[in-house]
Amino acid sequence: MALGRAEVEYIASLARINLTEEEIETFGEQLSHILEQFKVLEELDTSDVVPTAHAGGLQTVMRDDLSQDSLDSEDVLKNAPNREGEFFRVNAVLEE
Amino acid sequence: MAGLNWLSIQEAHAQLSSRKISSVELTQACLDQIGVVESQVQSFLALTPESALEQAARADQMLAAGEGGPLTGVPVQIKDVMCTEGVATTCASRMLENFVPVYNATAVEKLMEQGAVMLGKGNMDEFAMGSSCENSAFHPTKNPWDLDRVPGGSSGGAAASVAAGEVIYSLGSDTGGSIRQPAALCGVVGLKPTYGLVSRFGLIAFASSLDQIGPVGRSVMDCALALNVIAGHDPRDATSVKREPVDYSAGLGQDLKGLRLGVPEEYFVEGMESGTRKAVDEAISVLEGLGASVRPVSLPTTQYALACYYIIAPSECSANLARYDGVKYGYSYQDTDDMWEAMEKTRQHGFGPEVTRRVMLGTYALSSGYYDAYYLKAQQARTLIRQDFDRVFQEVDALVTPTSPVTAFKIGDKVGDPVQMYLIDVCTLPVNIAGLPGLSVPCGFSDGLPVGMQLIGPHFSEETLLKTAHAYEAATDWNSERPAGLR
Repeated sequence: MALGRAEVEYIASLARINLTEEEIETFGEQLSHILEQFKVLEELDTSDVVPTAHAGGLQTVMRDDLSQDSLDSEDVLKNAPNREGEFFRVNAVLEE
Repeated sequence: MAGLNWLSIQEAHAQLSSRKISSVELTQACLDQIGVVESQVQSFLALTPESALEQAARADQMLAAGEGGPLTGVPVQIKDVMCTEGVATTCASRMLENFVPVYNATAVEKLMEQGAVMLGKGNMDEFAMGSSCENSAFHPTKNPWDLDRVPGGSSGGAAASVAAGEVIYSLGSDTGGSIRQPAALCGVVGLKPTYGLVSRFGLIAFASSLDQIGPVGRSVMDCALALNVIAGHDPRDATSVKREPVDYSAGLGQDLKGLRLGVPEEYFVEGMESGTRKAVDEAISVLEGLGASVRPVSLPTTQYALACYYIIAPSECSANLARYDGVKYGYSYQDTDDMWEAMEKTRQHGFGPEVTRRVMLGTYALSSGYYDAYYLKAQQARTLIRQDFDRVFQEVDALVTPTSPVTAFKIGDKVGDPVQMYLIDVCTLPVNIAGLPGLSVPCGFSDGLPVGMQLIGPHFSEETLLKTAHAYEAATDWNSERPAGLR
């Protein structure tokens, strides 16, 4: 399974990562090589096998619906790259 | 006489509680060693000597009042993937270079409640992705046994700091071998507990169905003593399991009569170094001599574990790392008014190559049209791998394997070839896939480099693994060896 340039660019757009021309080429080659290794799984008959999402024994852990203290808003904003008062500042989301 | 910095937790605790030494003296001995060797080993991303000495002084007060336990006043390094309140937590990434957590990870908090002394944050592969510590965005860590070689990874700092006598023990995290493999390569003991035994609250997520926190120490007892403190249910981690507390140190010292060990042939892979094979074979004979019965077993799905892991872990990583968008914390590209450009350039500049590679791989495996062929198929393979383990654990109490098929390799040797790097973890990955506990204990040397033996058991069989490793350790003296070049 070789990944072409268009596919690498598409994956990068889904992952929201900008890539340089050189990176597109390198990742194309490397990811293709890694995907080659996954072919081995085709040998496995998994037709009636239930998938495992995690190997812990727990299922849907619930807790009582009680109010609890959360982080102080000043603490939450402490690491904000760009803040305005009580808010995280972001670029415009909606276009005009 | 060896310095105080080489004491085990057990020895340090005996001297601290009898007031023969103070925690301040012990902490200073570690800081002195760091002063001598850290420029060579570079196991730390950040040192916190002032707060460490304050914590040591507080620990001395606790000890004087007869409070605390085995970890009180004992210096520790914390892998930089665990949040530490007020102390930068970078995950060895540019993305989190200036991130200062406002709370402690639960495992860290538990150490602090015991009066632990944190000397600093341990180097690692960026976001715990890697097997050599070379993916750290800041600097590589060197193997104390040979400074031209890697310490393993991703918890390379955790293992190297302990091996170099910079700290008494450390905390690492293990998603596919990241505690056990560096422990093996650095000649120390590393324990990856059962999935759910230790809270991951405050552990920066890589692959949530695989990640687990565990201790690294110079002895099996030290890992047991650290596990005693960090294990336990935490309502803030919904995957942590409610169990009766266990004293993991209590069963150490028992003999191995009646213990049934299995040796899975599939773990003695092609390309395994002969010196590693020899050391592990000899270790198995020692275990037999200690009263354990040893039989060959087969885990035929082992050959699928690598593919299974490198689909599941990157898939979960791509979802977990979606949070790094430059808005709430971390690096943020600011030279644009366009929201998407800002996000895409934040992630371009913030993530190193291996992290980008895995995010891309996971994004692809989860994308429309490929989900069934990759992610679903890998989850089904995961079921078969688990069933293989379930089956052999009906016959045996634990498995014995090499931890890594190779000893520490030269820095730079494998960085250009991701697949070669991934293959290093072939003996450790299946353990995370099945959520099992795994322990690496030193079992000799090959060309002067440490070799590790891995013990794997069923869920929550830490006591068996620790007991077995402790008996082996007592019968040999590999863990008394010290890296000569650093002494």
